[in-house]
Amino acid sequence: MINGVMQYFVNIGRTSIESVQAFGRMGVLCWQSLTQRNTNMKQELTLIIAQLYSIGVLSLLIIALSGLFIGMVLALQGYTVLSRFGATEALGQLVSLSLIRELGPVVAALLFAGRAGSALTAEVGFMKATEQLSALEMMAVHPLTYIIRPRLIAGIIAMPILALIFNMVAIYSAWYVCVALLHVDSGSFWANMQNAVDFRLDVVNGLIKSLCFGVVVTLIALYQGYESIPTTEGIGRATTHSVVLASISVLGLDFVLTAFMFGT
Amino acid sequence: MSKTKMEFSVGLLLCLGLLAFVFMAFRVSGLAGSTSTGKQFSVLAYFDNVSGLVEGAKVTFAGVTVGRVQSISIEPKTSKAKVLLAINEQTNYISTDATAVVQTAGILGEKYIGLTQGAETEVLHAGSEIFDTQSSLILEDLIGKLVMAFVKKDDK
Repeated sequence: MINGVMQYFVNIGRTSIESVQAFGRMGVLCWQSLTQRNTNMKQELTLIIAQLYSIGVLSLLIIALSGLFIGMVLALQGYTVLSRFGATEALGQLVSLSLIRELGPVVAALLFAGRAGSALTAEVGFMKATEQLSALEMMAVHPLTYIIRPRLIAGIIAMPILALIFNMVAIYSAWYVCVALLHVDSGSFWANMQNAVDFRLDVVNGLIKSLCFGVVVTLIALYQGYESIPTTEGIGRATTHSVVLASISVLGLDFVLTAFMFGT
Repeated sequence: MSKTKMEFSVGLLLCLGLLAFVFMAFRVSGLAGSTSTGKQFSVLAYFDNVSGLVEGAKVTFAGVTVGRVQSISIEPKTSKAKVLLAINEQTNYISTDATAVVQTAGILGEKYIGLTQGAETEVLHAGSEIFDTQSSLILEDLIGKLVMAFVKKDDK
């Protein structure tokens, strides 16, 4: 009985120590991969471009499609509420502010975690399982500079770009629904939007948000792959963990960032 | 996929991102219109009540935006709200006895300051003061007065 209770507390302690350790290892991974010297800049650039392709360009379709539908839904829902008060001209304001401040960075980051993060984890995990990482080390190439860093940098570059494209597509699709289907005046749609949206407060803060999400999602995905148990089951579990952890971190971090940026 | 094709598509992504940024800056936030680059001069005005007015609110003359509210503070001696208006330098035709009114855009819209032309030939310049001011219309006060009027009528 006493032993069982003790075991319970031991387990709690072990889990907390292990999670703090994992957090530390993630920080070390990030720091080491970014500060490692690389003399061959041209090769580095080629690697980053290749990763930008697989992370950014291949995620573009899902990001643009989601943006399209989210913009349309926002416009429709906003219309049903605002038309009750005869304030349908404020739709531009409603749509653009909710997209730029919250939905754009967050939904793009969630999609990014599902589409690119899981792929990164699986890729790095398989590299570890098939001992490609050890092979690189045998050839005196550090896997952090050759594998991790290009992916990390590409993820950090791609995330804000994808969020911006998401916002643009969503705002245009909302505009289309408002003007073509709901007969809201196009001029007041844009004018209200321009009155309400501030460049520094809204657009730049939204960009900073998506930059933070880019770092978090990519780092979690790479860490999960790099530290995965090199078996079929282990890689599967690491991929699931990567998506779940990245999504929760994005939503939690979003609250903190919003409180900093928009909370008074 | 060939290397050039891949590099091309990445370049396309970056261009699209840049386009979206420009769209955000100019079409959505209206950056070109909101920042006036010209010089401005400050004019002082005292109000009894500026409830709802914020720094950065519009200052209009005949409905056209000619400046912004620079700062709002309290003048302790007179217990009035001291509002500093930054007015564009090319607006050099508002007379010194112009009226400044705290107005509302629509019923529930934002507060701004509307200037109405006076009769004086002398015009406002840096450091001059607008004496003729009207405070914000507070909806609750108005409704309260209306209700009181009805109540008094019933008493009779």
